[in-house]
Amino acid sequence: MMAEQISIFIENKEGRLAEVTAILRDAQVNIRALSLADTTDFGVLRLIVNDNDKATAALKNQGFTVGKTQVLAVEVSDEPGGLNRVLDPLSEQNVNVEYMYAFANPQCKNAIMIFRFDDLEKAKEILAENSIKVIDGQEICNL
Amino acid sequence: MPIYDIDFETMPREGLEAIQLRRLQTTIERIYATVPFYKETYKKAGINPADIKSLDDLRRLPFTTKQDLRDNYPYDMFAVPMEQVVRIHASSGTTGKPTVVGYTKRDISTWADLMARSMSAAGATNGDIIHNAWGYGLFTGGLGAHYGAERLGASVIPVSGGNTKRQITIMQDFKPTILCGTPSYILHLAEVADEMGVDFRDLHFKSGIFGAEPWTEEMRQELEEKLNLKAIDIYGLSEVIGPGVSVECYEEQAGLHVFEDHFIVEVVDPDTLEPVPHGESGELVFTSLTKEAFPVIRYRTKDITSLNPVPCTCGRTHIRMNKPTGRTDDMLIIRGVNVFPSQIESVLMETRQITPHYQLEVDRVDNLDTLTVKVEIDDTMFSDDIKGLQAMETKISHDIKEHLGVSAKVALVEPKTIARSQGKAVRVVDNRKL
Repeated sequence: MMAEQISIFIENKEGRLAEVTAILRDAQVNIRALSLADTTDFGVLRLIVNDNDKATAALKNQGFTVGKTQVLAVEVSDEPGGLNRVLDPLSEQNVNVEYMYAFANPQCKNAIMIFRFDDLEKAKEILAENSIKVIDGQEICNL
Repeated sequence: MPIYDIDFETMPREGLEAIQLRRLQTTIERIYATVPFYKETYKKAGINPADIKSLDDLRRLPFTTKQDLRDNYPYDMFAVPMEQVVRIHASSGTTGKPTVVGYTKRDISTWADLMARSMSAAGATNGDIIHNAWGYGLFTGGLGAHYGAERLGASVIPVSGGNTKRQITIMQDFKPTILCGTPSYILHLAEVADEMGVDFRDLHFKSGIFGAEPWTEEMRQELEEKLNLKAIDIYGLSEVIGPGVSVECYEEQAGLHVFEDHFIVEVVDPDTLEPVPHGESGELVFTSLTKEAFPVIRYRTKDITSLNPVPCTCGRTHIRMNKPTGRTDDMLIIRGVNVFPSQIESVLMETRQITPHYQLEVDRVDNLDTLTVKVEIDDTMFSDDIKGLQAMETKISHDIKEHLGVSAKVALVEPKTIARSQGKAVRVVDNRKL
């Protein structure tokens, strides 16, 4: 039920992000979702793509440092309070969101959010208990 | 301007050289008997103390290097028993081990004399109040200047480094007239004064004695304009004695008078080790003539400069060395602290358990030296956790401060972004315009 995210270390330099996306383009990799967290010197680009292996190989080949992280892709109903339905039970049980970002979903009416929690296992349990849909990695790639 | 030790400082060449030879012979005889390093080295070179019959014979003696001092760490170069050593100072070394130097009571007194001479050359008298912003501690600057000021009979304010705002207040209230410190810190002081709405030119300084790091004529102009004082260059290193090996005079500010009755100065080609003619640049080499606890013979300083034998209008007869222009090795002097790339490397090894590619970048921002250590990230260090990466930077920076005593900003950079020339990384990029 986990999704795999790849993350890339990028120095804060002009055009660096465009170089990464160009490498992915040339490798015919499609980006589903992304977030860029940055400091003054560097950023970490987090990506959900349709083909992790191809993306990782292409980026490493160009000298980038690439990491893999397990994240959860959660379906959030597209209505007022939809996100709170997900977050409230988690915060009640002290599960913290490390970061989150939105997913571009062409097929589903509902929104999809990518979450990284401080306690992944506990988060999974809570989401299951509350019948919140988590989309697995394979499904993400096939979307 | 009065000359502190007029007999010695204005001594005609002939007399000076006679004293030098006598003192050299005594020193060589003594260290041959007391320091195994010198005895072995001289035996190997086939030299006996009795062979030193003229000053020219000095050239037959082997050089002493920083490595020799390290090999004899901490006390094996001392020429007196520890009972006679009353003070220990140290300078940093590449392996994390400092160079340890010792002083007898008489050495401390000699040093105080040399610093009194230096301050006097810079225009100080016993009526002056000396604001001493050099650091007190193992570093020779603070205590060296302190004892010199007291020997001169001046009033010394032992303010040391740091507490910048408080220093400005002290300058306003105590009205010091002579300022001692590293030039970059002094310029920083001036800026803080400016921010506090204090115009340095309204303070009471007539001269500033600046040293412990290289500085240029341009910096002199800036210092003199901003601070309304005469900026005097002073030179020294702990291995030789500390500050007070040579100093500029207030009258000319053109070259530093080497106190030749205590030190013989040579300038040699760093490759061939042959002496270069006066006026030509080479590596500075010093021989101490009066040091008891820690004499050095033909010590290679790695500082690059040239000598000027032309007599000075101030009346001092001792030879002048020009402002040092650089170093023969890759040592960086950052805010007066010696930093070698290999020291940074050992810190990185300790904190990361690996040797990452790294580079030291030095800049002068607002007249203060800044050190940035760029560290190439690799797979083992990387995670998508920004906080973790920042914590790693902070940890390395903290460890550098702890080990080397300098503040460094650590910046993680992408792999393979640090330039490598001929397979070797370029370890130092010095952007300071000196």
